[in-house]
Amino acid sequence: MPDQALPTGENAALQVRNLDFFYGDFKALVNVNMDIANKKVTAFIGPSGCGKSTLLRAFNRMYDLYPGQRAEGQILFHDKNLLDKSQDVNLVRAKIGMVFQKPTPFPMTIYENIAFGARLYEPMSKSAMDDRVEWALKKAALWGEVKDKLQQNGLSLSGGQQQRLCIARAVAVKPEIVLLDEPTSALDPLSTAKIEELINELKSEYTIAIVTHNMQQAARISDFTAFMYLGELIEFNETGTIFMQPGKKQTEDYITGRFG
Amino acid sequence: MSEPSVTAGIDLHARQVRKFRLQDLLFHRTTQLFAFVVLAALVGILVSLTIEAWPSLKEFGPAFLWTNIWSVPDDKFGALAAIYGTVVTSVLALLIAVPISFGIALFLTETCPVWLRRPLGTAIELLAGIPSIVYGIWGLFVFVPLFAEYIQPHLQDLLGHVPVIGGWFSGPPIGVGIFAASIVLSLMVIPFIASVMRDVFETVPDVLRESAYAVGCTTWEVVRNIVLPYTRVGVIGGIMLGLGRALGETMAVTFVIGNANRINGSLFAPGTSIASTLANEFGEADPGLHIASLFELGLVLFILTFIVLAISRWLISRSMGSEGL
Amino acid sequence: MMSLYTRRVWINRIGIALSMVAMSLGLIGLLWILWTLFSRGFAALSWDLFTQDTPAPGSEGGGLRNAIVGSGLILFFSMLISTPIGILAGIYLAEYGRISRFASFTRFMTDIMLSAPSIVIGLFVYALFVATTGGFSGWAGSLALALIAIPVVVRTTENMLKLVPTSLREAAFAVGAPRWQVSLKVTLRAVKSGVVTGVLLAMARITGETAPLLFTALNNQFFSTNMAEPMGNLPVVIYQFALSPYDNWVNLAWGGALLIAILVLAVNIGVRVIFRNKVKR
Repeated sequence: MPDQALPTGENAALQVRNLDFFYGDFKALVNVNMDIANKKVTAFIGPSGCGKSTLLRAFNRMYDLYPGQRAEGQILFHDKNLLDKSQDVNLVRAKIGMVFQKPTPFPMTIYENIAFGARLYEPMSKSAMDDRVEWALKKAALWGEVKDKLQQNGLSLSGGQQQRLCIARAVAVKPEIVLLDEPTSALDPLSTAKIEELINELKSEYTIAIVTHNMQQAARISDFTAFMYLGELIEFNETGTIFMQPGKKQTEDYITGRFG
Repeated sequence: MSEPSVTAGIDLHARQVRKFRLQDLLFHRTTQLFAFVVLAALVGILVSLTIEAWPSLKEFGPAFLWTNIWSVPDDKFGALAAIYGTVVTSVLALLIAVPISFGIALFLTETCPVWLRRPLGTAIELLAGIPSIVYGIWGLFVFVPLFAEYIQPHLQDLLGHVPVIGGWFSGPPIGVGIFAASIVLSLMVIPFIASVMRDVFETVPDVLRESAYAVGCTTWEVVRNIVLPYTRVGVIGGIMLGLGRALGETMAVTFVIGNANRINGSLFAPGTSIASTLANEFGEADPGLHIASLFELGLVLFILTFIVLAISRWLISRSMGSEGL
Repeated sequence: MMSLYTRRVWINRIGIALSMVAMSLGLIGLLWILWTLFSRGFAALSWDLFTQDTPAPGSEGGGLRNAIVGSGLILFFSMLISTPIGILAGIYLAEYGRISRFASFTRFMTDIMLSAPSIVIGLFVYALFVATTGGFSGWAGSLALALIAIPVVVRTTENMLKLVPTSLREAAFAVGAPRWQVSLKVTLRAVKSGVVTGVLLAMARITGETAPLLFTALNNQFFSTNMAEPMGNLPVVIYQFALSPYDNWVNLAWGGALLIAILVLAVNIGVRVIFRNKVKR
């Protein structure tokens, strides 16, 4: 892998500036500053409870659903602060898609699962929608398996297929960024391998941020890796550097399995 | 698939965003409006009953509550006999129902084999599903004759000569009356009390229960020293729920209470309750004070049950650690 | 002198034995009522029950056709009123219940309405509707029963919606869907069968309600499908016939009680069987 410069303002999809996050009185993120590189994979690692999922959920303001959770600071997306009250959360979420730990197909047909989000901000004819569904399912490497049963319920698929359906659903909305919150932790190794392959292909078109507790996974698929601990961003660098020559003692300890 | 131009896309998005915001607001307000229907009904009941009862409220004042007279010809009304009947049947019903419900809940949570829990629990819940009018006709045609023939004479022989309480069991054993109504009522409220008790018993953490067993407690001791103290609040809530149900029950009581608008020291004597007075008289009530007094009876009943049920829900939700059942 | 240990064992045995006695008493009560109902009710069942109208006092024969049809109509319209109101109010409590004081207050009041005396609801509808529109009617009966059914639908809908995993809700929000679409198209759809269950249970609850119909729908000894007039209905017919001195009427009352009980028990048992399978999946 050629050496890559850390993202700076121009080539960053998201710029996180002085971000603090609170669950009620508990401060879960402390002064996080980083840039998420455009059309690259950024992985977040760290022991459970370190704030990596919290950070990811700040990117699409998922925390907004819950009273008592709030973020302070800035997350710049196209030079505008995502956290501003004036930003429309629904639109933010359409631009920044998310895939969850457990597969979450909607209780509707496979076709509708994809079309549901796609038609929200983009009125489309029936044939355009057919094309979009096929396109998204192909992106998620699922088309071959489901093309003859698009009218079946999404819940009828296997766990790995459901997760790929969720990825298809996310890309169908044509987001710029896709957030993946431990997307393979509920899957078997074979399905995991497929998803990882998929992430590798998707990064040519999308900016990807992935939270994982699996360090090998982070090493395999990401371009940049952020190590978080107790709500702080301890180290953020090119993935090879983080795993080969970590700059901080804590990072080294975690990567070599001395704690976590 | 043609990509919309950037500016067109932004316009489109702005339109969608505005549309969605409006729709969400509409959704919020619409659902809120329907939720408001429930509150409006509650307030409406209070207000409309008060308005309709106004002539009686004005005429009899608070003394309505403790006056023992119910005379349609003289246009003189007081609620004491009905309140007495309502309270006595309900309290008596609880005295019978609470120990039995406790036993059922205890059995279902502690001693019952696991495979039987579900069917037996369902059976008890079915008892709650049977319409009250079925309890009423069963009480009148099946229970009351048996009660008059086999149980009342024995109770009289056994307790009739005991000082103080002897009078409670005096009078001819005709079956219908306060006591019969209490027994039918108790059967009706058992499933409600038992279900709440079972649910709160199940909130006791297993570790607590297991550690008590581990120091050698018997099942009975675990229930007495661990489960009951832990669930006290919820148990009382369940009992209050049963009381609320019993106070307002109409049909089961009307069939067997005897419908005599007077107070008699004997529990075997016929009596009346607020609900059964309403069921019996409202249809043919004279306009004026009679119907207003009946409305006032309804108001009294509503306020009484409201207080009891409010306390019950508060206790239960506190005990279940959530927003109620 | 018993040892402490033996005494404890005996107290335990007595306690457990008493709990079994209590359980048996409950079961005996249920079986006794059901047995009476089925033996007396089956004797009254005949084809005439469904094809003939209620007989005049003291005459022989007759059936419950007018009451069955009347009950059906009143029930149908009360469910038509209470289902949308109950479901939408339930959605409100589930969606906004965590963040709004008004919602938790409403929830509390709904719980009270669940057990409020049904006869008082009858009085309310009489004062609100019968006295002002000038007459007893099927509509008034439907309204009274709807008021009783609404809280049941509200609370089951809310409880079902709360069973939806948060991840599914979040996933729907994550594609950028507005709240109303998340709520109606995703979460409500995910618990469709549970909500239907709530509606059925509410119907079972009001099927046998008698007290609120006494002063609203009243009764009608003739066949009528006009909701604007007094309307025959099973519970009130059972009430009047059971308390009458005529054997034929009493007999018909048992028949009617059996019909109601079968419907109510079938719904209650059916819902439990279906819903258990749902939970397993």
